Amino acid sequence: MTDARTAILGRLRAAGGSGPLPDLDTAVLERRQWPAAERVERLRKGMEAVHTEFLEATPATWPVVVRAFCDREGLKNLLFGPTCEAGADLAKGWAPGGTQLMPYDRPVEAFKDELFTGVDAGFTSTVGGIAETGGLLLMPGSAEPRLMSLVPPIHIALLRASTIQDTFWSAVKALGWGRSLPPNALLISGPSKTADIEQTLAYGVHGPKRLIVVLVQDLA
Amino acid sequence: MHAEKEILFRDSASKALLDPQLRANFRRAMDGLITKRRNQFPDPRDLQDLRDLSTAIRSRSLLSLPELLEQFEANCTKNGIQVHWAETCEQANELILGIMQAKGAKTLVKGKSMVSEEMHLNAFLESKGIEALESDLGEYIIQLDGETPSHIIMPAIHKNKDQIARQFSQKIKDAKYTEDVDELTAMARKVLREKFLHADAGLSGVNFAVAETGTLCLVENEGNGRMSTHVPPLHIAVMGLEKVVARLEDVAPLYAILTRSATGQAVSTYFNLISGPRGTDEKDGPREVHLVILDNGRSRMYADPQLRATLRCIRCGACMNHCPVYTRIGGHAYEAIYPGPIGKILTPQMEGVGVRHDLIHGSSLCGACSEVCPVEIPIPEILVRLRREATHEDVGSNVLGRGTGRTAAEDWAWRIWAGVLKRPALYRVASWFATRFGKALPAGAPLIKNWTRTRTKPVPARRSLSERMRAEGGSHD
Ligand code: SF4
Repeated sequence: MTDARTAILGRLRAAGGSGPLPDLDTAVLERRQWPAAERVERLRKGMEAVHTEFLEATPATWPVVVRAFCDREGLKNLLFGPTCEAGADLAKGWAPGGTQLMPYDRPVEAFKDELFTGVDAGFTSTVGGIAETGGLLLMPGSAEPRLMSLVPPIHIALLRASTIQDTFWSAVKALGWGRSLPPNALLISGPSKTADIEQTLAYGVHGPKRLIVVLVQDLA
Repeated sequence: MHAEKEILFRDSASKALLDPQLRANFRRAMDGLITKRRNQFPDPRDLQDLRDLSTAIRSRSLLSLPELLEQFEANCTKNGIQVHWAETCEQANELILGIMQAKGAKTLVKGKSMVSEEMHLNAFLESKGIEALESDLGEYIIQLDGETPSHIIMPAIHKNKDQIARQFSQKIKDAKYTEDVDELTAMARKVLREKFLHADAGLSGVNFAVAETGTLCLVENEGNGRMSTHVPPLHIAVMGLEKVVARLEDVAPLYAILTRSATGQAVSTYFNLISGPRGTDEKDGPREVHLVILDNGRSRMYADPQLRATLRCIRCGACMNHCPVYTRIGGHAYEAIYPGPIGKILTPQMEGVGVRHDLIHGSSLCGACSEVCPVEIPIPEILVRLRREATHEDVGSNVLGRGTGRTAAEDWAWRIWAGVLKRPALYRVASWFATRFGKALPAGAPLIKNWTRTRTKPVPARRSLSERMRAEGGSHD
């Protein structure tokens, strides 16, 4: 459709811009700043308001916290990325018996049915969080595929307190997302939800019914 | 066509007003949304600053639209997204059919996309033997009933729980009757999960398109957008050409004001950034991503400095939530893809002011829409402009169908009016008659019957102003 392209762009060009570019005053975004400890609290409050559950951990204890949760919930298995740092750490001390660790180490086509029906939970790391509204920043990829945080009914996400940013705007800048992005990146604030039936909130309509954040307290 | 549409809007609006269930459904929903939005903006200064910034970002993007589109296309291509352009909805439909046929795709799961509604894509694909299934719960509900969305954010807002319960029990295989929202949602989840798993292709809209990174941004709560764009091997996105912004950091304030204005949420459950198909070492995600950029009249709106503001819209729906007309009649009465205030200026610009002459007049011009619009679109001003365009073929304007909304009766009325005003003697005689006998004019008289249908008939004063002035010794000087 090069013809359509040429015609459309031609028409837009012919119309031309009119007037000078308006200034962008970003003060309203800049004034949203909080000390590190308050960022953690804000994030937590925002996410708990939309049904996200939190587990407290330290840099040393988080794998044990994840394991304890899985056992407590009686999860049959936990999908994880064996080549990502957090995944490798998790697998290191995983005792046999109880919840099975299930590596996402092959193309989805090889186990699509099983992924949709036979996986209880998915574990992912995060690249940051948003204090202002509450939310996790994820960059799925080869080490942590996209569907881990979407298809299983429970999503367990590892969040280090030190990676929480003030706003989505400051996070985009801090993470350099404006320069380049992988095929997929996202912000998640809670479990999948809908209010399409009479404005009544219902969780887990398509994606996870529960979002569990393992909050690693690593602030100095 | 024009006459038919005119009757349709008036009739459907009147019919909607007589439906207490429909009015109750909308009243409750809109009141809730208004309160939730208000709670999200406790500080008026913050709100105004955020609106000013958002308006400036959208205006800036539009000022350099052709350059940004080219930059966006180049970066998408670099990322492996295949970009297509369509002048019309027909072209866009054919493009999508072609992309699907080339892959032998027979089933499509759709995330919410108003542009695909604009294209009537589902009906088109079904006529070609392709199943197109809506996966947003609201869209799924109305698709089951063969209806169109009645709101751009909450498509099934006109239905209540009991109606949906009845519908599910009749239309979903093996479903039992229940009014429990969690159970109803679970039923839809079961049906749709099966479809995500096996669909050949997924379709999505685009909330923001980022030129500097070649990224498609998708705002959603349900996760069906992620399912549609990540699970099937083929992802097709459709967007209006106005969606592009320069930088990813420009998206942050727009996103913040969008979710707050739309549903009163500080943030949506998911904000997806899609910048390409599955990478060589990735284990999931679509193998191909295609993007169709649609014009459908947008470049015409763009050419007019005043009407261009229409393209700033970020489709939050706040204008309809606050509109006294929409709140009372709901979305279907508009008989248009986009209902409410934004629809009243968008539809006539897309389809022509003659065809939708009725819509332009279905507004009280109270200004509630522009007061809440996060990107400050002057909807009432544009409406007034379009009303003029509908009856005048002004030189220099490129509004589609301008002048075609003029009726012979109106034309004569204005001519007589002008003729009388130009002749003082005639004016005096006419006003003498109007003041003495105006009362006797029946309410059903041709030119006033539309007014008197819902209002009391205006009664002229017994003496005209000039007569009273003369009687009191005043003069025209
Ligand atoms: S016109 Fe303004 S208020 Fe209405 S949908 Fe568009 S952005 Fe929202």
